Amino acid sequence: EFRRFSLERSKPGKFEEFYGLLQHVHKIPNVDVLVGYTDVHGDLLPINNDDNYHKAVSTANPLLRIFIQRKEDADYSAFGTDTMTRKKNVLSNVLRPDNHKKKPHIVISMPQDFRPVSSIIDVDILPETHRRVRLYKYGTDKPLGFYIRDGSSVRVTPHGLEKVPGIFISRLVPGGLAQSTGLLAVNDEVLEVNGIEVSGKSLDQVTDMMIANSRNLIITVRPANQRNNVVRNSRTSGSSGQSTESSLPSSTPNILGSLLQGEEESDEEDIIIEDSGEPQQIPKAAPTSESIESLSQIELLHESSQNGFLPSSEMNLNHSAGSISTEYEVPEPGRKSLEEDGTIITL
Amino acid sequence: MRRFLRPGHDPVRERLKRDLFQFNKTVEHGFPHQPSALGYSPFLRLMAIGTRSGAIKLYGAPGVEFMGLHEENNTVMQIHFIPDQCQLVTLLDDNSLHLWSLKQHGGASELREEHRFTLKGPPGSPPSATQVTAVLPHSSREVLYLGTESGNIFVVELPSFQVLEDRTITPEAVLQRIPEDNCNRRSCELVEALREHPKNPEQILIGYSRGLIVLWDLQNNKATHHFLGSQQLENLYWQRDGSKFISCHYDGSYTQWPVSSDNRQPEPLENTVPYGPFPCKAISKIYWQTTKNGLPYIIFQGGMPRASYGDRHSISVMHGSQQTAFDFTSRVIDFFIIFSSDPAAEFDDPSALVVLAEEELVVIDLKSAGWPAVHPPYLASLHCSAITCSHHVSNIPLKLWERIISAGSKQNIHYSSMPWPIDGGTNIAPDPPQRDLLLTGHEDGTVRFWDASGVCLHLLYKLSTVRVFLTDADPNDNMNTLGEDEWPPLRKVGTFDPYSDDPRLGIQKIYLCKYSGYLAVAGTAGQVLVMELNDEDAEHMVDHAEADLLQDQEGYRWKGHEKLKTRDGPVRFEAGFQPFVLVQCQPPAVVTSLALHSEWKLVAFGTSHGFGLFDHQQKRLVFVKCTLHPSDQLALEGPLSRVKSLKKSLRQSFRRIRRSRVSSRKRRGGSGNASEVQEANAKFDQDALQEMELAPVQRKIEARSAEDSFTGFVRTLYFADTFLRDSSRHCPSLWAGTNGGTVYAFCLRVPPAERRMDEPVRAEQAKEIQLMHRAPVVGILVLDGRSTPLPEPLEVAHDLSKSPDMQGSHQLLVVSEEQLKVFTLPKVSSKLKLKLTALEGCRVRKVTVANFGSCKTDDYSENDLAVLTNLGDIQIISLPFLKLQIRYPCIRKEDVSGIASCVFTKYGQGFYLISPSEFERFSLSTKWLVEPRCIVDMPEVTSNNHVHNKSGTENAARKS
Repeated sequence: EFRRFSLERSKPGKFEEFYGLLQHVHKIPNVDVLVGYTDVHGDLLPINNDDNYHKAVSTANPLLRIFIQRKEDADYSAFGTDTMTRKKNVLSNVLRPDNHKKKPHIVISMPQDFRPVSSIIDVDILPETHRRVRLYKYGTDKPLGFYIRDGSSVRVTPHGLEKVPGIFISRLVPGGLAQSTGLLAVNDEVLEVNGIEVSGKSLDQVTDMMIANSRNLIITVRPANQRNNVVRNSRTSGSSGQSTESSLPSSTPNILGSLLQGEEESDEEDIIIEDSGEPQQIPKAAPTSESIESLSQIELLHESSQNGFLPSSEMNLNHSAGSISTEYEVPEPGRKSLEEDGTIITL
Repeated sequence: MRRFLRPGHDPVRERLKRDLFQFNKTVEHGFPHQPSALGYSPFLRLMAIGTRSGAIKLYGAPGVEFMGLHEENNTVMQIHFIPDQCQLVTLLDDNSLHLWSLKQHGGASELREEHRFTLKGPPGSPPSATQVTAVLPHSSREVLYLGTESGNIFVVELPSFQVLEDRTITPEAVLQRIPEDNCNRRSCELVEALREHPKNPEQILIGYSRGLIVLWDLQNNKATHHFLGSQQLENLYWQRDGSKFISCHYDGSYTQWPVSSDNRQPEPLENTVPYGPFPCKAISKIYWQTTKNGLPYIIFQGGMPRASYGDRHSISVMHGSQQTAFDFTSRVIDFFIIFSSDPAAEFDDPSALVVLAEEELVVIDLKSAGWPAVHPPYLASLHCSAITCSHHVSNIPLKLWERIISAGSKQNIHYSSMPWPIDGGTNIAPDPPQRDLLLTGHEDGTVRFWDASGVCLHLLYKLSTVRVFLTDADPNDNMNTLGEDEWPPLRKVGTFDPYSDDPRLGIQKIYLCKYSGYLAVAGTAGQVLVMELNDEDAEHMVDHAEADLLQDQEGYRWKGHEKLKTRDGPVRFEAGFQPFVLVQCQPPAVVTSLALHSEWKLVAFGTSHGFGLFDHQQKRLVFVKCTLHPSDQLALEGPLSRVKSLKKSLRQSFRRIRRSRVSSRKRRGGSGNASEVQEANAKFDQDALQEMELAPVQRKIEARSAEDSFTGFVRTLYFADTFLRDSSRHCPSLWAGTNGGTVYAFCLRVPPAERRMDEPVRAEQAKEIQLMHRAPVVGILVLDGRSTPLPEPLEVAHDLSKSPDMQGSHQLLVVSEEQLKVFTLPKVSSKLKLKLTALEGCRVRKVTVANFGSCKTDDYSENDLAVLTNLGDIQIISLPFLKLQIRYPCIRKEDVSGIASCVFTKYGQGFYLISPSEFERFSLSTKWLVEPRCIVDMPEVTSNNHVHNKSGTENAARKS
């Protein structure tokens, strides 16, 4: 059954609205469906939230082909690489060596049925020796479960190697979120908490910062064990599809910005109970003319702190990084924008 | 493009900020912590106090004060003013001497250190050779005589501190003219006292520790007289005419000695042990003051019978048949007598005795009968009972001010009416712009009202809540019950009394309405008292009400302290604030928040269990709300269970120590070789040390959850007339914030004034906001349509504030320890926030709205938030946009009690405790600055001073 209709590319609207539109066009209200589209490489990709919906609309040239499947009899494995018109994805072969054997018929549920627990983010903008980990805390079912302590680390500074105080992970609680992710380990040095550098801050300050951000904690660490680092320059030699390669560089500068922006909203879930009624999440007030100024300030703050990331992480060059002669040159621009960062923070 | 227009760098705003904000620590109020030395200049009429931390503070007439700090932070041992100069010399415990002077600079005097000097002996000499024990600034103002432990007296020139070696008075020189059978080299060890002859500056009296006293002629460089005391010497004092002197001794005796030209080795005139015959303690300092009527005043420190009164800190005054031993509440540091300083006067005629005790300053009027105490205008002992809370009220209406003063004056009738005798210098600071009150709550259940308008923090009135309750110690008991024939004639003086009868009496929260004179005071055992100002004494009943904050939460048992027992029947109250209602929280946990609305006649109170609202007009409890989380066992059971666990852990740790001792002893017994054991022990210690180093402090990172302890703890209460339900009708409301990040809003219906007594006040819960970050809510505020904070109750009625804008939409500001958030009202949606902790890792400890005026123009002022963080920083944050304006480091972050004690005023000033007895005052405003500004003029130096002295000497010579 085919339908053809037009959408305004510049204002695609929300996924919910689009989903409603599809149900309306196909006259299938109350039927749960999976929505997919084919991207430029011919991959069948899902549309299930605002982001990938917008992405899909933006890739239309000018036609966007959409596939709709009833949810009950959907073939989940249909998404992704299976529909590739090209040869099999090398990456998937590497990651799952048994993939090229006969596929075991495992039903993997939709991403929306999962919730993320943790992720490594900003791999492309961080030095290889650093790792930025995002921990997603939902409710109270699992403790964050780690401890931090004072310690000292060796840094490369303009004056040579210097021993400076630092904050380290001292203990992981068995069964806690931090341990279960496998991304954090004892003796990892904490460099940043949600984009704010911890150098110069006391253990208690860092503790308070982490607890204040505990619902969406992003910590940048220098892992004690440097052997599992993502090796970045493999990307050019890798054959894991040009698609990511071409799209990433343009989108990366926004990653943290959007991420923090998202966080702005995500932890805004204060709850209000009106007249002993049902608890509701407190909505964000529509910005009036007088508050626009301050809102823009918040954005500015994020942008600038994002700017601060790149160079500041280079300031904290790892002593164990071996041959760092090339990286010695970097601190100049780094410090410059660090200063910029400083002025913002001391507003 | 917009990103480059950073709001923080708007040059206009930056300039305005400079006109509005400025941080200054202006003055220290209260009594110096750990005083160690006292000095007085009869010439300048200034008193100097040195402390163990190296501070030196000068006080004169009220408002005249100076402060200096020695770089070394060493204890100040002695302070000596240079006669007839604006200079003084301090001796520190590192044996260094410092010359300070008061110099005029920019129209006001300043205290500055000019020189420092440490006496150096010849190379290889022991340090005791130059250890200074006595300092005598000579009346010529040119030299200082420094007595040392070695018995040498060094002469140094002023102000250069040049040692005049040829003028050193060595023990050898002294002994030359003294018969050898009486004295030897050891008699001249340690110079205890140096006194210049009152009439003849060429003679000085030297007292050595072992009892030898020598009158030394400076001109001829020889001893003219010597006096052989049998007892260890403590101090010396000349009679005014120089014909006699008095010495006091280690055994509690004092001796009078005549000085005449014919006898070079006089015998004592009189030797007395005033509190004998049993062994007495030393008399460490003595004064002999002559009077017109011929009966001298003999005033001395110590000398009490060793066995029965050896622990008293006393100063005795003897005058004819009158004798009183003033019994001080803490150790006496030093004292001096204010007497006629006119060199022409024939008699001393002492007027006041000034005593510096460790915890307070006491001044005794020696002119009035009965020797009453004088009420000091400064140096108040803030800590006579430990301060438990403070509350500041700005701009007190004159009427209330006068009524409080009048109530206070009735309490001060036992004080002397003598004007303050230390009155040097001139206060040139402008009069304080307004009348400010600082109220301090104390552990003993009192509230003290301080005049905080100016530089002198002055006690106006003291309110005691104890009378409402039955305590173990009846307040009528501790009167002076000493009989007439009691010996020694001790008399308690001073107010320092750190021992509380019952810690439950402690005051935790204070709220004063300056317009109505209503005062609410809440304490440690869940008691809330509402009081009214009455100008007369009155005897009346105090209405009691109970507020059961646990309500339907059954099956819990409070293991904390019991509530205070109340007195039955009417109670007599003195003029002042008199309680008329007592609301008792059940369980009787500490009251953690308090709010009073004098217009609606409502008082709200909160504890760790919940909060309640009481109508003090109808004397009826309006409602209670339990905020307790059912799993919060700690809050339910009260503090006692924690105490128990502390005890348990203490016991365990003691046991552990004992066990380890036993085991180490065993090891020692088992092994034959002692050195081996020692080695093993050392190694064990080292291991233990290393282990300690290896296990550094660590902090747990855990999100707060609803089940954490003390989430129900009510941190803040706030009354507001705002739009709670709909945007067309505003109504009275009560807001409460808890430790768990919950905000409750209750809609109140207060009947109109004419039916106020007939209809009940009603309350209904309208909103409950749960902040997801769950940090404790420390402040709630409603901003009106112009984004101005709502005025205080009755402020508009008294025409002191514009009425709030009820047309525009109101906003709610919730300040938690971690974030500041603005919500819209009546529909709660979040508008703005500042995530302080997430950005900086600091937490809000205190927050208040302060009004800042521009120092440039009179017509500009704005409201901002003043925030004190746990790092001791003060941040000023704009309203309503929550932009950080400026940040000042104020208190050390380790100074937890300083941070906890901080209180802000409404005009950008603040106070915090720098010691148990001192408030530091600071100012964030360019406009409201209270700091000492004073001038000390050199009084006209009577040029014939020396002539007088000369003629005096002649007189003395003729007499003798």
